[in-house]
Amino acid sequence: MLDKIQLQLLKEVADLDARPSGAFNIRVNGQAADRQSTANIEIVPKTDVSGIDIKIKPGTKNESVHIPVVMSKTGMKDMVYNDFYVGDNSDVIIVAGCGIDNCGGKDSEHDGIHRFYIGKNCKVKYIEKHYGSGTGKGKRILNPVTEVHLGEDSTMEMEMTQIKGVDDTDRETRAEVAKGGKLVVRERLMTHDQQNAISGYQVTLNGEGSSADVVSRGVARNQSHQKLDLRITGNAPCTGHTECDSIIMDDAKILAVPSLEANHLDAALVHEAAIGKIAGDQIIKLMTLGLTEAEAEEEIISGFLK
Amino acid sequence: MLELKNVSFGVETDKGTKGIIHDVSIHFDDDKFYVITGPNGGGKSTLAKLIVGIEKPDQGQVLFDGEDITSLSITERAKKGISYAMQAPVKFKGIQVIDLLRIASGKHLSRGECCTYLSEVGLCANDYVDREVNAELSGGELKRIEIATVIARGTKLSVFDEPEAGIDLWSFQNLIRVFERMQKKLNGTMIIISHQERILKIADEIIVIADGKVVKQGPRDAILPSLLGTDAAVTACSELEKGDA
Repeated sequence: MLDKIQLQLLKEVADLDARPSGAFNIRVNGQAADRQSTANIEIVPKTDVSGIDIKIKPGTKNESVHIPVVMSKTGMKDMVYNDFYVGDNSDVIIVAGCGIDNCGGKDSEHDGIHRFYIGKNCKVKYIEKHYGSGTGKGKRILNPVTEVHLGEDSTMEMEMTQIKGVDDTDRETRAEVAKGGKLVVRERLMTHDQQNAISGYQVTLNGEGSSADVVSRGVARNQSHQKLDLRITGNAPCTGHTECDSIIMDDAKILAVPSLEANHLDAALVHEAAIGKIAGDQIIKLMTLGLTEAEAEEEIISGFLK
Repeated sequence: MLELKNVSFGVETDKGTKGIIHDVSIHFDDDKFYVITGPNGGGKSTLAKLIVGIEKPDQGQVLFDGEDITSLSITERAKKGISYAMQAPVKFKGIQVIDLLRIASGKHLSRGECCTYLSEVGLCANDYVDREVNAELSGGELKRIEIATVIARGTKLSVFDEPEAGIDLWSFQNLIRVFERMQKKLNGTMIIISHQERILKIADEIIVIADGKVVKQGPRDAILPSLLGTDAAVTACSELEKGDA
């Protein structure tokens, strides 16, 4: 039975008010709290390390898997390995995410290692939200590692969002894309107060006709710090695009380090990076519509991170 | 309803203060359609910014319904009932047309209500409500959305700064029709900064500003004849005609 704080975290990271339909695994304070497999999606606990294997049968269509993690104990360090095996010709939505509430004085940390082995001709949508709350002095730390092996002619769309309350994060996402595969990443990152966020991507396009579109939008407020490291390597005729677009505020610091590596004549790779404060005329426009300066800033930020 | 009393404004330059507006006094009546025209660099846009509160006068007063609003912020003036369409509409990443209309109207809007505002500026709501107000929209589309936000506010004073600037001829023809419609069902006072003859022709009153001063002001029929054929009243194709000559 989840308590009120845990339910609130579950709502924030997975938009869940009740047990989801379909397959799910809810992890609370390092333990599986509830789990359900379906005819096509089997969730099996690992025996060697902490974590689960999620096995999706070939041809599974229009099904979802929820695997949210919530932590509400101070001073806890949880490390979990989740491996996804997605069979050929599947079309599924995977909702992950982690919420930490830390009301104590010790740091709480969750490190999730997610590996995706995606077959041929699949369509996978992956939604991951990270969120922190609580008034304790202990930090809320999340260090996810995501590894994607995308099969031939498969598409993976990843929505990675960290909006609030995570004090320290070092995100690492690696992907390799086979022939005709397509990876789309939409990252949204907001840091505030003294928070620190590092987000690194290494996408390797190995197959002919493979593509990647990695877009990271961030807002750094107060004294927070962000480092964004978006890398694409093209080893075949492929197209790759990275975009790193950041709003800097107050005394924040942002470092954007995009990099491209082409190892084939027909690898077409583009990167864009922009850092800037909120444009004055944007604020003025919203003020002429009746918003205060602070309200205008909030509208601009929430739109940017939508 | 709106009164500028002995308003002066200047900007600091390397060579000292440069006067932009010099002791301007204008009285705007309720429910009238005003067009401000005059040569480029004459101070028209600055006058609009002084009315809206983006700039504050160095001297003089701005009165709105008899109240001195000279020291009020942009937000406070907006809340009192002043709307403003910028010459160069602002683009926003992520903010959609429906968001902007919702902020403008100050309430939750259904798609149907958005449709009402957008159709008044000749846009089909289904094509536009979910679009982001970003660089993917054309200059003409951005202008029309800008005008729709002013319509959505429904305030007693609306100021438009060169609505025809930066749009193509096709969009311009549509835009003129938008203003002609707005003039017919006028509700409140409209002040439009424009050089366009077709806009001047639907004015109740015309004010000519040059070198930061009011050169002429009066009913359309008294002022317009003296402007025709000058840069203060151009036709949509006059630039092209000049090029052909």
